[in-house]
Amino acid sequence: MDYTILVGGAAGQGIDTVIHLLERTIKRHGYYVFTYKNFMSMVRGGHNFMQVRFSDKPVTSYVSKIDMIFALNEETIALHRERLKDDGVIIIDNEVAKAEEYNHLPLTQIAKELNNEKVYPTVGFGALVNYFGLSLDIAKEVIYDVLGDKISDVNKQALEKGYDMLERKYNLEKKDDNHILINGNQALALGAIAAGCRYYCGYPMTPSSSVMTYMSAKANEMGIVVDQIEDEVGALNMALGASYAGVRALTGSSGGGFALMTEALSLAGITEIPIVVFNAQRPGPATGMATRTEQSDLRFVIHAGHGEFPKMVIALRTPYDAFYQTARAFNIAEKYQIPVLLMTEEYLTDYNMTIDPFDFSKIKIERYLAKESDIIDERYKRYKFTESGISPRLIPGKVKGKVVLVDSHEHNEYGNIEESTDNRIKMMDKRMKKLEGLKDEIQEPWFIGKENPENLIVCWGATYGAVKEAVDILNTEGGSIGALIYGDIWPFPTKRINEMGKKAKRIIDIEQNATGQLESLINEFTDIKCTDRILKYDGRPINGDEIIQKLNLSI
Amino acid sequence: MSCEYKVYDPSWCPGCGNYMIKTTLKQALEELDIPPHKAVIVSGIGQAGKIPHYIGANGFNGLHGRALPPAIGIKLSNKNLTVIAESGDGDTYGEGGNHFIHTIRRNVNIAHFVHDNQIYGLTKGQGSPTTAKGQKTTLQFDGVRFEPVKPVALSLTMGAGFVARGFSGDIPHLVKLMKEAITYKGYAHLDIFQPCVVWNKVNTFGWYKKHTYYLPDDYDYTNYEEAYKKALEWENGIPLGILYKVEKETYEDTFEFIKNGLPLVDVKLDPMDTEKLMKGFY
Repeated sequence: MDYTILVGGAAGQGIDTVIHLLERTIKRHGYYVFTYKNFMSMVRGGHNFMQVRFSDKPVTSYVSKIDMIFALNEETIALHRERLKDDGVIIIDNEVAKAEEYNHLPLTQIAKELNNEKVYPTVGFGALVNYFGLSLDIAKEVIYDVLGDKISDVNKQALEKGYDMLERKYNLEKKDDNHILINGNQALALGAIAAGCRYYCGYPMTPSSSVMTYMSAKANEMGIVVDQIEDEVGALNMALGASYAGVRALTGSSGGGFALMTEALSLAGITEIPIVVFNAQRPGPATGMATRTEQSDLRFVIHAGHGEFPKMVIALRTPYDAFYQTARAFNIAEKYQIPVLLMTEEYLTDYNMTIDPFDFSKIKIERYLAKESDIIDERYKRYKFTESGISPRLIPGKVKGKVVLVDSHEHNEYGNIEESTDNRIKMMDKRMKKLEGLKDEIQEPWFIGKENPENLIVCWGATYGAVKEAVDILNTEGGSIGALIYGDIWPFPTKRINEMGKKAKRIIDIEQNATGQLESLINEFTDIKCTDRILKYDGRPINGDEIIQKLNLSI
Repeated sequence: MSCEYKVYDPSWCPGCGNYMIKTTLKQALEELDIPPHKAVIVSGIGQAGKIPHYIGANGFNGLHGRALPPAIGIKLSNKNLTVIAESGDGDTYGEGGNHFIHTIRRNVNIAHFVHDNQIYGLTKGQGSPTTAKGQKTTLQFDGVRFEPVKPVALSLTMGAGFVARGFSGDIPHLVKLMKEAITYKGYAHLDIFQPCVVWNKVNTFGWYKKHTYYLPDDYDYTNYEEAYKKALEWENGIPLGILYKVEKETYEDTFEFIKNGLPLVDVKLDPMDTEKLMKGFY
């Protein structure tokens, strides 16, 4: 089984509520869920839609074909009916549309009878619960959990009224539910909190904001300073202040806001203050499309900041990956005293997916801080020359008589400004030497599919989900296809692509940008040349169906 | 004193007002018995921005205009540190104007000393945000074409709880002001007149001596309206001293866990403490 329900309408009509109730109810029946959200940058009006896909097998992508459209306005039907399966159905409020081929449900009428017009989406939800044969009790439970006790009573009534409106077509048996349902930004935030991040400062920018929102919601419970700053310039400078003082800090933004942070990123480079920063990509240039997705900041992020300094860039692939990689990023940042940049993208920040619960016992907080006994010099040398390039890091205020001086200018071992040629070379070499150690930390890309495939896909970040679906389906149909999915992407890992790329007949680069930025890195750092490319840059995420369709053309 | 404030040789010009400010800061910290490892001097860029190198306390010499954001991050992370932000007029009122405004709103417990010489020194004599309209500079050949920032009036209107003006030519008076600013609980703005002997031939030591006067002992610094009037005084004499001082809740005290808990930096961390948050995703 594999069904998809699309709920669409104008912003502000209640799509979100229906989807929340639906995805959670289905999940609690033990099914895998994948919710894709497509919305415009407006508070009211326009056309938004979300689609919940659910299956008894794991799902990692949304699909093109749909089984049901729950339309909150007629436009939704016009825009999406082509994607409806032959036996698919459309439901709509009978006060909104009259055409006979739809299922007209008296949603508004019931809501009026309940003296709360706002609950009409819940009436529709009730109809869906019965249609798919879901448990009314579980639906009620979800209403309570999602909407809270203040409005759950009237919504439960709306649910019951709606339940009788549509005949039952399916019977989704209740199974064990061992998963969590989470999106990429929530997973990133949880990973950061688990890793001991207790300082988040940022400026709201779509699609990065929900990390800040989640952390703010948990701030008092967990003791986290969450601060909305005047601009992104201030945000990264402030985060560096917090990190200098010894607290694990996080900041993040989307393309335009990250652009403002590059000034302070360079400061992190020369002061050697560890920091984790994420860029939730959206289409550019400049403001681009605020609520759409793209993977076009790769080259920008790996080169962000003026001057030369070591940094690490990790692209997050799934919510599960986001949690563990974020936690890992904090350890690497502190081990090497460098900025670690996480790249995510609107698609990953917003889609909701069922995954295994996180194992918090796997998270280790490794601070790599110097102890008083490590400081043998009479005056503490913040930038002491060492074999590894990593100097003992002391937290200010912790050791009597030892002070910590960090500086944006070129400096000597004490942190004092010094421009001698000898010192400059030694200090540059010291910082760049960290790259040698960092090489050992780099994880090679994930590999999925058939061993030694004839067709090797290369991709990065959240494109994973769609590629995974396509690879699985094509191999089931007798194809010889595999894929490398990059997570760690700077310094660029070359081992696995060099090995596998030499054996494959075709190497297909799949990216959500117009220039093939990953491919350009492969060209620059390896002996491998891609033979085909599927580049999508219309602001919408690619899915498995699309990849299969496009591969058929090129293979 | 438990620890000496050591000095690294300054690269300021002979006769620069920064020397006096440096001496004053050292004296203020010593008289308050704050050991170097418990103080952090945060600065931006410019001649004033070099001061962390010459004081011997903890130091964060950051980017142009950006002294205040890291200062806030440091103070919220470790409330036990004495945090002093120190920077020039260009750094504070020009490049960092946005941070200045919003730091006042926050009222974090930091002292902010602005070395105000009404000129850009390090970049060789261009007009600064406090250079007088009409004053000719190495860049503004026909004179500065627009109005200067009025620092103390600006911080007053933004709601600063401590607003003062000092002069580097009177060390005992400035020490007193610095000590008041450091011990004030909240954001303390101290604008300090300081001659730039090379680039500003108008606002010289003598000019400041002639154009300033001390607020009398019976001046009521809790009267906002009076303070605002004083903040705007210029042509007929510029007042020195504490213009305004009232008690306000600090930003860090609005965080329950900072106010009543350990400094954030000392809180023990355990990933397992976060596991409970996962229940929101079932």
